[in-house]
Amino acid sequence: MNQAHAAAATRSVTMVRTVIIVATLAAWEALALSGLLFRDVVPSLQAICSAVFRLLTAADFYFNLGVTAAEIGVALIIGGAGGLAVGILLGANRFLSRAYESLVYYLGPTPKIIFFPVMIMWFGVGSGSKIAMGAISCFFPIAISAASGIRQIDRVLIRVGLSFRASTWQMATKIYLPAMRGPLVNGMRLGLGVAIIGTLLAQTKLSNRGLGYLIIQAYSTFDMPRMYALIIVLFMLAVAANALIGRLARSRNS
Amino acid sequence: MTRARFANSAMAARAFGIGSVVVALGVVELLIRAGLINRFIVPLPSEIAAAVPRIIAEENVLHRFWQTTQEILWASLMLAGIGIALGALLYRFRVLRLACETWVAAMAAAPIVLMYPLFLVIFGRSATTIVMMGFAAGLAPVILKTVEGLSGTRKVLIDVARSFRLNRSQQFWKVLLPAALPSVFVGLKLGLIFAMINIVGVEFLINFGGLGQLINELAERYDLPGTYGAICFVVAVSIVFFDLTERIERWLRPIQ
Repeated sequence: MNQAHAAAATRSVTMVRTVIIVATLAAWEALALSGLLFRDVVPSLQAICSAVFRLLTAADFYFNLGVTAAEIGVALIIGGAGGLAVGILLGANRFLSRAYESLVYYLGPTPKIIFFPVMIMWFGVGSGSKIAMGAISCFFPIAISAASGIRQIDRVLIRVGLSFRASTWQMATKIYLPAMRGPLVNGMRLGLGVAIIGTLLAQTKLSNRGLGYLIIQAYSTFDMPRMYALIIVLFMLAVAANALIGRLARSRNS
Repeated sequence: MTRARFANSAMAARAFGIGSVVVALGVVELLIRAGLINRFIVPLPSEIAAAVPRIIAEENVLHRFWQTTQEILWASLMLAGIGIALGALLYRFRVLRLACETWVAAMAAAPIVLMYPLFLVIFGRSATTIVMMGFAAGLAPVILKTVEGLSGTRKVLIDVARSFRLNRSQQFWKVLLPAALPSVFVGLKLGLIFAMINIVGVEFLINFGGLGQLINELAERYDLPGTYGAICFVVAVSIVFFDLTERIERWLRPIQ
């Protein structure tokens, strides 16, 4: 009885989802054909699908995707390592936490893109300034998560480590890092999201390569189907990267 | 005072934190004056401090601040009106909630700000683009927290409302919404912070509007102390805004 009820609920949810998707696509196509907006502001679905196909079969897309991925990867390594080190220090030492944690906590939600002019002056107009933007963006969520993660560690585990006379390095690699994996993975997910945003926004502002540059180039040439295609592909990549980290975390936990 | 007591004193720790930042700025000032740091890349901290009153007076900062505040206010009004209404709709129709909640959660994780060129095409290089970007960025947490708050209403409260024969509208306004308010305000706080970050960011990116544009303009003029000073000013405004939302949230918490 319950199984039948659950199956009926699943069916109705699927039906509602299908109706919403079909209605949205139909409304989009109707708007594209209506001429209510300026031409090409809302391109037809066929034009967007063709643009996605052209994008995914073009070599320059993969080159720019590689540039963006490399910049985000390096940013995540630098910002992540810095955030982890600062987070562990703040989480493990009450005095340092009281002295500096409010600074990290309050600087976290400031708009990081405003630091871009400074990053250009420090690291130039090339990849360095984009990596710096990504690193600054992901530093804060990772540091805050690491600090909170280290405080959540069971005191018994720490005492066990100390009673085995573990060195600082052993304590960090055998006790702290494995015990704080959950909050740390959440911090990495948040960090990845903001690193993607920081790097790509910097590319839209001043760059000659990368996916952010492709988006702003499509805007400048008013190639709307290409711009929609780029945004769709970018969102899918961001969601996929986020899901991948989540899945990795779950598989490690199980 | 023993060393341990000094280490445990919150006041001493904060004083140490602030003091070390001041010392670090002093060291940077000395290194620049000694020529070890290029002053055409990093201006003197004393020059930056002197630039803040200058940009406040010459760059019409109060007007710009008001412009950004207006954009944030419009975005927050839309967030409160549309976000809470959509949350209530998802709560009211369970099937709709089951169908859409994962989509809204995915939207919360998506890099929405990267759609700003699209918004530029649709709304033009205007304040509407900035407000709509702020609204789009802050919508997901408002919806999710409204649904969470309404779903968490204690059953006994709903039963009392039913025993008084309140109709659906009365149940919503007199029981469900007041009970969900703490959670709704957490969502609004998150939404407002996302909106503020995106509004200042988009102002900077499209070189239009209030405080974000100020930084862009000063950087393009290569007014280094002014650029650094304006960044410090915007960071200070963001911190005050964040602190204010925290205080409002704490003030509302006893309602629960």
